[in-house]
Amino acid sequence: MTARALWMAGSVAVTALIIFVWQLVANYSGIAPVFLPGPDRAWNALVAGFSGGDLPRLTYATVERMIYGWALASVAGIVLGAIIGSSQLARDYVAPMLEMVRPVPVSAFMPVVIAFIGLTGKMIMIVIAIGAVWPVLLATVHGVSSVEPRLVEVSKSLRLSRLETIWKIALPNSQPDILAGMRIGLTVALILTVIGEMLTSENGLGYHILMAARAFRSADLFAGVILLGLIGLTSNVILQEIERYMLRWKRR
Amino acid sequence: MKLLKGALLPVVLLILWEVGMRTHNVQSDSLAAPSQIVVAFWNAILDGTIARRTGETLRAALIGLALGSGCGLILSIVIGLVPPVARLMQFSIEVLRPVPAVALIPIAILTLGFGYGMEISLVAFATFWPVLIYGHAAITNIDAQLIDLSRVLRLSTTARITKIILPATLPRFFVAFRLAMAVSLIVAVTVEIAANPLGIGNELMTAAQSLHPDLMFAMVLWIGLIGWALNAGLLFAQRRLFGPAGGALTVQP
Repeated sequence: MTARALWMAGSVAVTALIIFVWQLVANYSGIAPVFLPGPDRAWNALVAGFSGGDLPRLTYATVERMIYGWALASVAGIVLGAIIGSSQLARDYVAPMLEMVRPVPVSAFMPVVIAFIGLTGKMIMIVIAIGAVWPVLLATVHGVSSVEPRLVEVSKSLRLSRLETIWKIALPNSQPDILAGMRIGLTVALILTVIGEMLTSENGLGYHILMAARAFRSADLFAGVILLGLIGLTSNVILQEIERYMLRWKRR
Repeated sequence: MKLLKGALLPVVLLILWEVGMRTHNVQSDSLAAPSQIVVAFWNAILDGTIARRTGETLRAALIGLALGSGCGLILSIVIGLVPPVARLMQFSIEVLRPVPAVALIPIAILTLGFGYGMEISLVAFATFWPVLIYGHAAITNIDAQLIDLSRVLRLSTTARITKIILPATLPRFFVAFRLAMAVSLIVAVTVEIAANPLGIGNELMTAAQSLHPDLMFAMVLWIGLIGWALNAGLLFAQRRLFGPAGGALTVQP
């Protein structure tokens, strides 16, 4: 066993210890189980929910919404970002407006979109896309507009068209920026999915945990929160691996 | 000139919006002309709504930010100075960090009820992570010679923290703090929109639900202005305090 693996095992053990302390607190501290279920009860709720309950369906609905919204945002962000970043005109006239809209927290757009489109599943998707587009868009603009001047000269001497320049030089060059932006976008997408479900009472984990809290079903509530944490963790790890694979040329 | 170019598109869009609404005589429950939005904004300032609601939001956001970034600062120094602790905490941090703060809203409602308490705790949870992560990175990146120097001088741990580590990492901590501040405003407003009957977020939600699009857009505008002003203020402070040491740092959240 290498030292690294030992350290890893140790740090997992610390996490196990924290969960154990949580169990002790839940059992002996006198906090009513209505407010704080132990890990045992949360785990049971999780198992029960998956073996015959609603959890698979709700998880699927939430993940589906998150991924569709994020994919929409990523495509829109890359396309718009490439257009804006590659044109001096657009950078002068359009980019400042984007910077002005950016500091508005995306959740503030949610009531606006509700007023326009109403409380539907489609609305959540649109809000997710609006929110998750910023990190991707700004990262792409930055990446595309900061291509090394020598590469721009190469594309000129090869007489590449603007589309070819973007496709063959600018986009591959801004890959690290775009991927980092997409990773932040996915985090934003998950957050907005949860809030969107809470506000619109659409089926999904967000609405599920809100209802569980209102009905004082704390075990179900914690199970839902754990699931959401797992979704965040898994999606982040997957994207990190993709990023590592796609950027393997950089490490050489 | 650059400013003019940047302002051109928004101004044209605003004029089109205003003219379009007037010529077609639009009566809408979800859209208001820019002039109506300005009037609603002005009225909200006059009747004290803006001041009261902004006070509520900023209070929750700033107290939460102080708690969250304070804990993040302390823990990052601890794990930065004692590497074994960092390695032992690694898994727990990696597992806890991706939990979206908004997913904790129902838990906060259940245990703390509505009000400042739940909003402050959620802001604290959300702002804790960026400060911890960036702070830890800052401390592990301290010039090794500085650490050697502190050994040669036989500084005590307290002296090492106050004389070497904090000054060397301050610019980076400041950047992390700026990021955390943006997060604190976002989380506070989000919690208010989703549940908590406090602050600008709640005013925005109420305006939208009672079909006052003018007030609704005024609130969105105001939230954006606050976020922009806070960030601009901290950016200015960062440049003044740290000069190039702070300017060279770019934050990738």
